[in-house]
Amino acid sequence: MTTIFGVPAAALYGQLLIGLINGSFYALLSLGLAVIFGMLRVINFAHGAQYMLGAFGAWMLLTYAGVGFWAALVISPIMVAAFSALLERFLIRRTYKLDHLYGLLLTFGIALIVEGAFRHVYGSSGNPYMTPPALAGVIDLGFMMLPKYRGFVIIASLAVCLAVWFLVERTQFGAYLRAATENPRLVQVFGINVPLLLTLTYALGAGLAGLAGVLAAPMYQVSPLMGQNLIIVVFAVVVIGGMGSIIGAVITGYMLGVIEGLTRVFYPEASATVVFVVMAIVLLLRPTGLFGRA
Amino acid sequence: MPEDTKPALLVQGLRAWYGESQALHGIDLEVRRGETVALLGRNGAGKTTTLKAILGLMSRREGRIEVRGTDITRLPLHGIARTGLGYVPEERGIFSELSVAENLALPPVVLPGGWSMEEIFDLFPNLKERLNSPGTKLSGGEQQMLAMARILRTGADILLLDEPTEGLAPVIIDRIGAAIRALKARGMTVVLVEQNFRFAQKVADRYYIIENGKVRDHFGTDELASRQQALGEILGV
Amino acid sequence: MTSRPSDSTKASRLPLALAVGAVVLMLFAPLAVYPIFLMNVLCFALFASAFNLLIGYVGLLSFGHAAFFGGSAYIAAHSAKVWGFTPELAILLGVGFALVLGVMIGWLAIRRQGIYFAMITLSLGQLVFFVFLQSAFTGGEDGIQSVPRGHLFGLIDLNPTMNMYYFVLTLVVAGLFLLYRVVNSPFGAILTAIRENEDRAISLGYSTRRYKLVAFTISAGIAGLAGGTKALVFQIATLTDVNWHMSGEVILMTLLGGLGTVLGPIVGAAVILSLQNYLAGSMFPVTVVIGAIFVACVLLFRRGIVGELSAWLQRRG
Repeated sequence: MTTIFGVPAAALYGQLLIGLINGSFYALLSLGLAVIFGMLRVINFAHGAQYMLGAFGAWMLLTYAGVGFWAALVISPIMVAAFSALLERFLIRRTYKLDHLYGLLLTFGIALIVEGAFRHVYGSSGNPYMTPPALAGVIDLGFMMLPKYRGFVIIASLAVCLAVWFLVERTQFGAYLRAATENPRLVQVFGINVPLLLTLTYALGAGLAGLAGVLAAPMYQVSPLMGQNLIIVVFAVVVIGGMGSIIGAVITGYMLGVIEGLTRVFYPEASATVVFVVMAIVLLLRPTGLFGRA
Repeated sequence: MPEDTKPALLVQGLRAWYGESQALHGIDLEVRRGETVALLGRNGAGKTTTLKAILGLMSRREGRIEVRGTDITRLPLHGIARTGLGYVPEERGIFSELSVAENLALPPVVLPGGWSMEEIFDLFPNLKERLNSPGTKLSGGEQQMLAMARILRTGADILLLDEPTEGLAPVIIDRIGAAIRALKARGMTVVLVEQNFRFAQKVADRYYIIENGKVRDHFGTDELASRQQALGEILGV
Repeated sequence: MTSRPSDSTKASRLPLALAVGAVVLMLFAPLAVYPIFLMNVLCFALFASAFNLLIGYVGLLSFGHAAFFGGSAYIAAHSAKVWGFTPELAILLGVGFALVLGVMIGWLAIRRQGIYFAMITLSLGQLVFFVFLQSAFTGGEDGIQSVPRGHLFGLIDLNPTMNMYYFVLTLVVAGLFLLYRVVNSPFGAILTAIRENEDRAISLGYSTRRYKLVAFTISAGIAGLAGGTKALVFQIATLTDVNWHMSGEVILMTLLGGLGTVLGPIVGAAVILSLQNYLAGSMFPVTVVIGAIFVACVLLFRRGIVGELSAWLQRRG
């Protein structure tokens, strides 16, 4: 049997794969947080709840309406985005003129309400969600067996991150976003409806969380609390990356997923905490984060 | 009064506040179509504030503002530009995260009759060469040209220019002057805030003197001679 | 944020009278209210007041205070149960642990401000949570149960509820008094100056980082005092106390009562615990209510109960 640093190669590859998968979710979630923070200056604590809503949306579509995975992959994030647009329009908007901490506290409260309500109705145990038949089974990569669905998640998340990058950096809508991040009043004086832009941005970020939720549904149990602890790890990822750029958020996400996977191979006891330890080290060496600006 | 004889911009009793402190104490302006009006006055007299208040950029304002006879006082911030008001701020407001091309394309078209890219590049050839550089890599003069160019594209026909010559070399100032005359030739209305009276004199049709947030005097070019003393007192010219 | 009465002699006497009145009230409260509940309120009032030192007077929102509260609870419980420490020593050890942890977490977290500070403390709190989850001595999901209350100084049996009650009351009053002294000292004035304008404080020559770190450590230590005491009251230390939900709860208590007010955290703790007590008997989901109160506090009354009340009193003259 091949070994690498005394670890069976298959185990190493397996954990690297899991790391990349987790990294895919970190990347998608921290990307959404970065998009929202860039425009609204709000740390969206409801991001974990929106991720959960995405997964639950897919599960409910299947259970109550017989709508399958591929349709849910489109419908569920849109539902999450629409719901979140209402949140922004009627609640979050009212915190923009206050200390930014109030945005954090408000979205924290929203997360508690949403997660609490779902737990009340569905209990805290998970509901399984079937892998779509087209993606069942494995591919033999030669050095390891890759479950098709996992490969799909990695590719899908990369594609989505790329699409968001394109949207922000290469389109007129993205130009509005970047300009409004810099000087929202002037952008509005030019005749651009900035309040609407803020709503759309929040919906976009939340929709990304919802999409991550749908992608997670076939791999993990769909449960009301699935986003709760994840969001804290993603916050740490965001602190490490530094909120500076979209690319920074994505790269940091994948990187920490892989670091976590490697930790699981070489020092499994620390796998739950390694992201936080990395955060502490980054704070010591570069308090603004890897991609952050002072 | 038929629609097209109404003034391009009419401001009545405009008062405005920065937070708690009142900056404008009742400004009245009337700018006819195709006219270039210069707002003169000392630093802090309220010239820039008048432009900002017209655009809705102050925390609080009272009074009435009409564009071609339509009341715009209650419009949301982004609705005001849609009536054809184009703004070139004093600090120019070039977005550093955007390239020159993106800066140019940023403000949405608000009225038909906006300038084509060819026309813009004829007026400001420098911009064509710098299209792909980041907005803030431009020189001060180029930034000023970009700030004007991006408004011309939108079809806005009432331009509010805040100190377009500030900090620029004489050669560049001449170019900006030529640009303003080109705008006038096309029938555009211009409200110009200027410290540089010699520049204002080259382009303006009429003058308003602002002092302590009020209009102290207004007159046309023909009356300039009779106002020399007052101008000297206020502007040091 | 706090009210500023015009008459200075009145100002110095009124809080004193209020405080004495409150202590006297608490001395006799067990006659009317279930003492275990009262002790719970006392512990959380102290916890929330410790948290309030940071948010109310330094402007730092810690989202990781459960680490000190729950961490100290584990240390106190373990030392009382396994090492046979007397209650005061067990709590002291818990406080010591919270202080050390406070220096460590504070030292890292004060490198950033605002929302970053909140996210960093949240993350580091979660790190502490996982360390306790994985440590053998904490008993995992079961926690440390059947913790003996023991004999105070080896003499006074704390098993009788009333003995325990007066012990807790003494500790909490001492803790609150200490916080009050910190806030009303020159040190507290500098903290407020940092909150108002940090750059200015730096330009005046203050090492603001050091002040923030000391404030953070004091806050952590007193949160630890509350947590260690609570572990002995309920004779159990579990993951609940070290979980981030607990950090959220203490934020809510302080926010609801009134950030930066002396009485606010105490009122907030009493209201939230009463509410939880009441809801526990109903079918209604507690988390939803807690979340709704958060939303209401942020959108409708950011000054909290005490803040709004004192503003109302001032308006009335």
